[in-house]
Amino acid sequence: MAEKKKKLLQGNEACAEGALYAGCRFYAGYPITPSTEIAEHLSVRLPKVGGKFIQMEDEIASIAAITGASLTGLKSMTATSGPGFSLKQEGIGFACMAEVPCVIVNVMRGGPSTGFPTGPSQSDVMQAKWGTHGDHPVVAVAPAYVQEILSETVRAFNLAEKYRTPVMVLYDEIVGHMREPIVLPEKGELEVIDRIKPTCNSEEYFPYDDKYEIAPLAAYGEGYRFHVTGLNHKKDGFPTNDAKLIQEGNERILRKIENHKNDIWKNEELELNDAKIVVFAYGSTARSARYAVKEAGNSGKKVGLLRPLTLWPFPEKAVEELAKRVKVIIVPEMNMGQMIVEVERYARGKCEMKNPDSQAAGILLGKEFYYLPPHQNLWCGGLHSSPVKEVLRRPRSKERGLRRAFRSRWEVYNVNSSCSKKR
Amino acid sequence: MSTAVAVKKDKAPFDYNKYLRPNKLPHIWCPGCGHGIVLKAMLRAIDASGLSKDQICMVSGIGCSSRTPGYVDFNTLHTLHGRAMAYATGVKLAKPSLKVIVITGDGDALAIGGNHFIHTCRRNIDMTVLVYSNAIYGMTGGQYSPTTPQGANATTSRYGNIEPVFDCCELAKASGATFVARGTAYHCQELEKIIFEAVQHKGTSVVEILDQCPTYYGRQNKYKSVTEMMEKIEKDGTVSVKQADKLPPEKLQGKLLRGVLHKIERPEYCEQYKKFIIGKAQGK
Repeated sequence: MAEKKKKLLQGNEACAEGALYAGCRFYAGYPITPSTEIAEHLSVRLPKVGGKFIQMEDEIASIAAITGASLTGLKSMTATSGPGFSLKQEGIGFACMAEVPCVIVNVMRGGPSTGFPTGPSQSDVMQAKWGTHGDHPVVAVAPAYVQEILSETVRAFNLAEKYRTPVMVLYDEIVGHMREPIVLPEKGELEVIDRIKPTCNSEEYFPYDDKYEIAPLAAYGEGYRFHVTGLNHKKDGFPTNDAKLIQEGNERILRKIENHKNDIWKNEELELNDAKIVVFAYGSTARSARYAVKEAGNSGKKVGLLRPLTLWPFPEKAVEELAKRVKVIIVPEMNMGQMIVEVERYARGKCEMKNPDSQAAGILLGKEFYYLPPHQNLWCGGLHSSPVKEVLRRPRSKERGLRRAFRSRWEVYNVNSSCSKKR
Repeated sequence: MSTAVAVKKDKAPFDYNKYLRPNKLPHIWCPGCGHGIVLKAMLRAIDASGLSKDQICMVSGIGCSSRTPGYVDFNTLHTLHGRAMAYATGVKLAKPSLKVIVITGDGDALAIGGNHFIHTCRRNIDMTVLVYSNAIYGMTGGQYSPTTPQGANATTSRYGNIEPVFDCCELAKASGATFVARGTAYHCQELEKIIFEAVQHKGTSVVEILDQCPTYYGRQNKYKSVTEMMEKIEKDGTVSVKQADKLPPEKLQGKLLRGVLHKIERPEYCEQYKKFIIGKAQGK
């Protein structure tokens, strides 16, 4: 077999290619750094395959347009970053409630507010879970490599279509703008799932039929004249005020994800077998973590890596199981401590929890997780001129108080020097 | 003229049930509300247009008017407050064979959805936007909206509204809509013709429909009856485009024009997309 041709692609371009591979035929978006390249790429590529691209008047209109388009039967996607993700939240809730498959990409940047548009962050992971109001199911995937952005975007579409739900792709500015050689998969190489359409006659069709776990979804204009609303509804899609039916409906949309967690979860495990210390890391932070774990292994320490590719639903089973047998779980992330709360929740006090110096923006620069060659660090704008010292100096007293407000325990932790030494 | 087809005389009574979802009735609208009159005019216009029920996608936002899609037997989408036209844009661009009709209110279209309203008009994407304008937020209990007249009372303007109104039709025209008209619930046969023409139009067609909210606007502004409201606001408050030509300017003071106010030909968005974008991308 001939060797496959490699392409040097940016993460955002790989995301667009993944969407096309999955059969995405509708994109609506609004320009926002650092996700804009996805729109730019799709504006060229989608029309070539007969797909539709539209730049909407705002972020809200973009999530609205893809939801409308999906109801006509097209696989659809939008991409954004922090502030745009905030704006889209009501529309994401609508798609959860109305059970409309769609994919929302969030290339995370620093926040809050306008924050740090050109810098990376992982501070939207909790917004992805809790951003929209009401109880709702959430599926979010978190790729860490350019190749993986492609394959995880395909998986996001598959999960969206299979479970009739919006799926989020969360990665950050680092991998979004990083260029890596990737192999474009051949047709048939990756699984592509399409939504199930009804085969019954229109009188018997109910868009939220509870006899199915995930009801087939008809497309507008194909003879099933069904109703879609963001109100709590019955199985026929029409609104109801009946508390019992509302309860059942809400439970059903949560259950359809809850019951299939084993199918949705995806973790990468590295050196976990006899590890005493485990790093729980996702996205580009996991790249640094992988380096640190390997370095620690080389110097004879038993350190492993758990890298969830599905952030939501949370990989609770893997964490629970690990917490029983390891001494420490370290959770580095590019935020002030978000996923660590969830990890702690499922570790249930069975092991020690540590997080290295949290960063509001910028890659983790502690020596422990320092992975990128120095020249790649230039875009950090010299914010962290002396990475190692920076870590050692923190926390400053004022900052410490602030951070304590976030979490009760925190120390700077050095994997390489000792697994129990605190600084 | 195609408009003559819209009103058929000496025929059997119109069968509204053909287009309604009878088991979803009764509707939520209050006694005296104008939305029912508008709904019936719309159904007659749709019938006259010869569109099949499967061909029509009706999209709405939030509010009293936006409950309409629940009662009609089309492909129906009841969306978020203000966002109906954005959802409708997605539907139309994804499947241009659908005839998209947006049902929205004055608050929905001109306040929270103002941005989507002007940009939909600018694109001239083929859809009919019916703005049920009753000058109040009815669903939430009578707050002032962008079409509440200055001086009028509402639950959030107890000392009289000081905000100037949006002229929905002028806004649509200035934003690029290629068909702009105004009708009222009082002139229901004329409204039917206007909606018929709007549905036939290729491009963004906007119809502002003045109707009455006796429950919230009427009571707070001392209207004694629904008929008084309809006569004062819809009959005496408007003048048809034809009559306006014959009247001296002083007689038009404070009156809104009724009828088709603006109609031009301009390339439609989905056709342009197909012709230029898909055409160029695929080298046709």
